[in-house]
Amino acid sequence: MSAAEQDGQVHVVADRDTCIGAGMCVMSADDVFDQDDDGLVTLLVEDPPDSTAVHRAVAGCPSGALRIAPR
Amino acid sequence: MSQSDTRTRAAIELPVYMRRNEFEPVPELAALRDGPRVARVRTAFGIDVWAVTRHEDVRTVLSDATTFSNTLGLARMAMMDDLSDEERARMRAGNLLAFDPPEHTRLRRMLTPEFTIRRMRRLEPRIREIVDEHLDVMAAKGPPSDLVADFALPVPSLVICELLGVPYADRDAFQRRTGLLLDMSLPMAERRRVGLESREYMATLVTRAQADPGEDLLGMLVREHGDDLSFDELAGIASLLLVAGHETTSNMLGLGTLALLRHPDQLAIVRDDPAAVEPAVEELLRWLSIVHSGTMKTTTVDTEIGGVAIPKGDTVMCALPAANRDPASIDDPERLDVTRGAIGHLAFGHGIHHCLGAPLARMEMRIAFPALLRRFPTLAEVPGAAAFRSFHVVYGMARMEVTW
Repeated sequence: MSAAEQDGQVHVVADRDTCIGAGMCVMSADDVFDQDDDGLVTLLVEDPPDSTAVHRAVAGCPSGALRIAPR
Repeated sequence: MSQSDTRTRAAIELPVYMRRNEFEPVPELAALRDGPRVARVRTAFGIDVWAVTRHEDVRTVLSDATTFSNTLGLARMAMMDDLSDEERARMRAGNLLAFDPPEHTRLRRMLTPEFTIRRMRRLEPRIREIVDEHLDVMAAKGPPSDLVADFALPVPSLVICELLGVPYADRDAFQRRTGLLLDMSLPMAERRRVGLESREYMATLVTRAQADPGEDLLGMLVREHGDDLSFDELAGIASLLLVAGHETTSNMLGLGTLALLRHPDQLAIVRDDPAAVEPAVEELLRWLSIVHSGTMKTTTVDTEIGGVAIPKGDTVMCALPAANRDPASIDDPERLDVTRGAIGHLAFGHGIHHCLGAPLARMEMRIAFPALLRRFPTLAEVPGAAAFRSFHVVYGMARMEVTW
């Protein structure tokens, strides 16, 4: 278990080259994810608290642009 | 339906993933999913396809645009057989669903900024206004009303017209064309003719937008990407968005309202609890799965899906209603339960072709369902009057008489 997970946080990685701007992550967790002017994903926090919403956003990303990674 | 219609339609057997009994996919589809999982199926367009039915497998196929190509799929369609390469290229220009990366990525990136969650929030007040105006007219006219003609179809049509920059006065003609274009009981040649008509209409709008680009989406594309997009691409993009923008949401509103009327306890939740609307829309999307299948995919290599070997060059279809009622992805999948709705269903597809307009469709439904149910708390269907529409790329209602 990484340090982040021990603290009850997860490390989220967003690949903007893969992102198609569907906005599903913003719908799931708008305190963690946002879209820039091009509609592509930006992270508001890189190590958000571990939550169902964040996992749902990662699993639900249509283009597979999001993942949870060890720090 | 006229007699000749009945005859023509009886002669065409719908593929198993399009067959339904009212709201329910036919039991054969569940049997296919829970048994062989992936199987050869005869389709209406004269070719056999592999039907993929499980949630997990559909996600896998839709996530992998390298193995499962959209570009090749379109070229195989019988309706394109007699066209020259140049004509084919013109017909699919701008149609995002007809391309793989990198061509798809190039087009999608131009449109993505127009469909962000933030942009949709800015449209919200205008969508509310459009919904309320149509409810006012219904109330003034009094019951009975055909909910499809008076609400479900005009609301999304007007929204997409304003967004794109299409004159709403032209709606009768383009709604008719869309209806024909997506009607699978029509001969391919007829559908293609309508498709060409539709493109010609769009060409007039593109010409107008090029001369005087407005604040709408077509104007934006001309202003910001005018050097990069060909005339045919502009017409193709606009054509796709117009068709996709009114036909799908319209059928969700019609079919979704009928589903709620037949589940009064759930209707009451959507009507009375604003916090319940968002999950309810997701559950209706899952349970109704009005888009029967994703676009046709062609395998670019020998591959396998769920242990079934699929040779290179074969056609694969994803049966979305089967995947969305897969017991491996959701408990008690046949039950409509608006309180459990969540993202993760495949009603908008998955992968790079995931519905561009999904945020708009969600916004329209979240506004329209509760507004309708609150305006007419005694809303009821006229028994025996609901007409389901089967022979169509998008499942839905042809007519739906209601009273209050």
